[in-house]
Amino acid sequence: MDSLQLFTRQTKAISTARRSLLVIESIPGIRYNEIVDVQLGTGETRIGQVIEVGKETTVVQVFGGVSEVDLLNSRVRYKGETLKLPVSGDIMGRLFDGSGNPIDGGPPIVADTYLDINGVPANPASRMPPAEFIETGISAIDGLNVLVRGQKLPIFSGSGLPHNKIAAQILRQASLKGKSEEFAIVFGAIGVSYDDAGYCISNLEETGALSRTVAFINTASSPVIERLSTPRLALTAAEYLAWEHDMHVLVILTDITNYCDALRELAAMRGEIPSRRGYPGYMYTDLASLYERAGRISGKEGSVTIIPILTMPDDDITHPIADLTGYITEGQIVLSRALERKRIYPPIDVFLSLSRMMKEGIGEGNTREDHNNVFMQSYAVYAEGNYLREISTVIGSEALSDRDRVYLSASDRFEEEFISQAENNRRTVEETLELAWNIFSMLPREDLKLIQEEYIKKYLPEAPENRVTTETG
Amino acid sequence: MGKIWKISGPVVIAEDMRGSQVYEVVDVGDERLSGEIIGLERDKAVIQVYEDTVGLRVGEPVTGTGEILMVELGPGLVGNIYDGVQRSLVTMMDDIGDFLVRGVRTDALDRKKKWHFTPSVKTGDMVQEGDIIGNVPETGLIEHRIMVPIGTQGTILEISEGEFTIEETVALLEHEGAKKPLTLMQKWPARKPRLYKQRFVPEDLLVTGTRIIDYLFPLALGGKAAIPGGFGTGKTVCLQQMARWSQTQLNIYVGCGERGNEMADVLHSFKKLKDPATGRLLQEKEIFIANTSNMPVVAREISIFIGITMAEYFRDMGYDVLLVADSTSRWAEAMREIGARLEETPGEEGFPTYLGSRLSAFYERSGRVTCIGKPERMGSATVIGSVSPPGADFSEPVTQATLRIVDVLYSLDVALANKRHFPTINWLQSYSLYADSVDKWWNRISPDYNEIRDKALITLQHEAELEEIVRLVGPEALPEDDKLVLLAARMIREDFLMQSAYHPVDTYTEPKRTHLMLSTIMKLYGLAKEATESGMLVNEISSSKILPRISRMKDIPNEEFDDYMKQLWSDMDKNPFV
Repeated sequence: MDSLQLFTRQTKAISTARRSLLVIESIPGIRYNEIVDVQLGTGETRIGQVIEVGKETTVVQVFGGVSEVDLLNSRVRYKGETLKLPVSGDIMGRLFDGSGNPIDGGPPIVADTYLDINGVPANPASRMPPAEFIETGISAIDGLNVLVRGQKLPIFSGSGLPHNKIAAQILRQASLKGKSEEFAIVFGAIGVSYDDAGYCISNLEETGALSRTVAFINTASSPVIERLSTPRLALTAAEYLAWEHDMHVLVILTDITNYCDALRELAAMRGEIPSRRGYPGYMYTDLASLYERAGRISGKEGSVTIIPILTMPDDDITHPIADLTGYITEGQIVLSRALERKRIYPPIDVFLSLSRMMKEGIGEGNTREDHNNVFMQSYAVYAEGNYLREISTVIGSEALSDRDRVYLSASDRFEEEFISQAENNRRTVEETLELAWNIFSMLPREDLKLIQEEYIKKYLPEAPENRVTTETG
Repeated sequence: MGKIWKISGPVVIAEDMRGSQVYEVVDVGDERLSGEIIGLERDKAVIQVYEDTVGLRVGEPVTGTGEILMVELGPGLVGNIYDGVQRSLVTMMDDIGDFLVRGVRTDALDRKKKWHFTPSVKTGDMVQEGDIIGNVPETGLIEHRIMVPIGTQGTILEISEGEFTIEETVALLEHEGAKKPLTLMQKWPARKPRLYKQRFVPEDLLVTGTRIIDYLFPLALGGKAAIPGGFGTGKTVCLQQMARWSQTQLNIYVGCGERGNEMADVLHSFKKLKDPATGRLLQEKEIFIANTSNMPVVAREISIFIGITMAEYFRDMGYDVLLVADSTSRWAEAMREIGARLEETPGEEGFPTYLGSRLSAFYERSGRVTCIGKPERMGSATVIGSVSPPGADFSEPVTQATLRIVDVLYSLDVALANKRHFPTINWLQSYSLYADSVDKWWNRISPDYNEIRDKALITLQHEAELEEIVRLVGPEALPEDDKLVLLAARMIREDFLMQSAYHPVDTYTEPKRTHLMLSTIMKLYGLAKEATESGMLVNEISSSKILPRISRMKDIPNEEFDDYMKQLWSDMDKNPFV
């Protein structure tokens, strides 16, 4: 049989097996939160985690539940360490499961080092505020909700909305402005359907991006516990590439809703006191331990940018998953079912979307001098148009003035020409700004209150036929 | 020395701990993680650990330090960045690098640095607790006044000017035959309020430079305010603006369970921005406590008390101090997590039943006081806390418990954020109980403050009522005088209440200018009323050339502002609507 050492590291003294918990006699040296193997009488092995250690008894949560555990023949064996990921430069281009095992048929990773998947918090004094513009080629993002390196910007979606398409488009197109440098991509699929995972992988494969991708895939049929480790593995790989290999890393995590549901499921089995909608009270802190791994460190070349994707149950933005995420991330891209029904792709709701890091990433030197003004003015025009559209449904469009009608059509054009774009269309930020200026040219010049005079002179297209003035309105 | 007996999350129980005291600081485990005893039972101690407990084992050693959690107070605080248990993050960055590994100890204050001390008392003087015995120029903006610690008194045997570290003796006291050395540093237990002579009703305006706050919902020096708001409503920007521009002598920024990148942004911007009153770097009047959301939860609970202790210490020197805490909800959640681990009976939504009293214990440490000791001096500590209600629902326990304590509410509104109206302080829901006590202050700037403020608030209220009608019948169907109310309210909103934190001029407005801006809008409203009464249409008024000039008021640089306004007023007096 096995060595003596192994013998001292296991116990058969299981006193209780209930819900997903085992209470066992404490083994000397067992560590809080470490991962253990639970070997069943049938020979099957399950993974467990130590959630409480006492002098006499230790509580282990068994992932996959305690069915078929018997108190006589089952045993608990531990390894003395928390979950670690073997890493080296060779992880690029590879596919792993939610435990970090290769699933692409390739050889195991020969590790340079083993990293704790929980990571270590960055010293706030060492962080650099994110500021470098990432050109995604999507107008609604580049023009109005700018993404910068080191930011965490989630996509709030709903079931049936094209978040995967948008994520794939960002992955294909994202680059730093004016540089040919490409992002390294880390893809974490959490409890997604086999088809969704396949879509994303084949998409990366087709565009040749797979060679600069590391993917961790936990499909809907894989163990629930791996939903919790998958994003941590992905982020550990991302940090390794960013901080040790000076790469700019773009991390896509999908779907955070599955992650949170797994968190709730495991918390409920432990008998913890639930908070809102049954999710655990520490969900904010737990999500922060993922999202906060984005950032830049002064003196280091690389960066970690995170785009988590979540589907809001019933499209409810106040649902705890979206709500807590919004409190941690630096803005959000919200998808709209109303726009989707109008067949507008990408259906990005400009009013609910926000990028908190935008002001740092735009303007002269980053994008273009007029960017902030154009952003504010587009916003105002679209808001005015939407307000009028709402009113006209009650009082009828006949009751609107000519000026109001111009705003209505400007806001229609805004949706059809500016927000809407083809899935394979990559617009430069200049093209995005030009589109906005074209729409401004319909409006009375004196209505462009939010734009500095010099930019109006420089960028406003000359004499369009359809411009109205206040005299006619 | 004790041994670990049980580990459950951040809570560790140790045995063989006889002789320890509650709130004593202990070292836990082989890695010497920092913790605090929160309960004792026979030989067992319940300890909350300020660092991640993953990997701890039963039987590892637990050592008491014999001291309860003390805040180090002395020169070197200003400009520093601390974590939740007052470890200097700057020192940690230099010593251990960019990531926070466990079990690291750093001193809060630099032990080696020499400070220049100038005595203000001389040998033979009798000094009592709280007396100022000398000064240290700590930064270009803060003169650190060295005070006799509470509980100490005597006759000065020796005192001299010179260069001292914070641990060297700067003065020697004698009291009833016993000699006592005084140093630049003193310590104070974080959870215990510092003492003062007498407390007063706050009545001086805390100038923040944010117009809606200063004019409509003023905050007084020594007051307490809460800023609740859903995500994306700009809580953090609001608080940062206050920490930047407030006319207090010292500001303390406690980032409690919030974003790392935002904290980095604050830290970097304060290295560049200048104080409007003195032109010196803001960093010279700021202390940072950074406990980001991915740093250990338990340290969040104490970080707020460490911050307020520092605030009181500078208050006791006779300064006006502002403490902003972002966010008190994360603080409350930390208490909830510990409470659950201790298997306490939970109150509403799982929060501990002592949530309200703990919040009061924090907010009540604000105030405007006369300080203990000579010379006679007054100081104040103003406290502003943000609240992050889940789903922007203000009926949740933390918001409700906070509203019972604070005197000012700045209610941030998701709908305004979606309209990109910043700051998103909702003028119909916010209030300030200081409005009546600081009007004396405002009346020194202008005697018609109360009248203009009231008029503006009434106009905004009126607009809200009319909006409901507009949604049914459209704006064109309203009578002319109602249309004018809408126009005036729109001007108040867009040309006065909206304020850009990122515009170099608009980011800070001094009180005189704030008053002049709103007076201008209200004057125009008055003139427009007269004009409509004599038959002019509101549409004609709204397209007149004077309106864009009023809109531009907020961006005019301070040095050109007086001329600009003179011209504007003289044109308004002549023939405004051409």
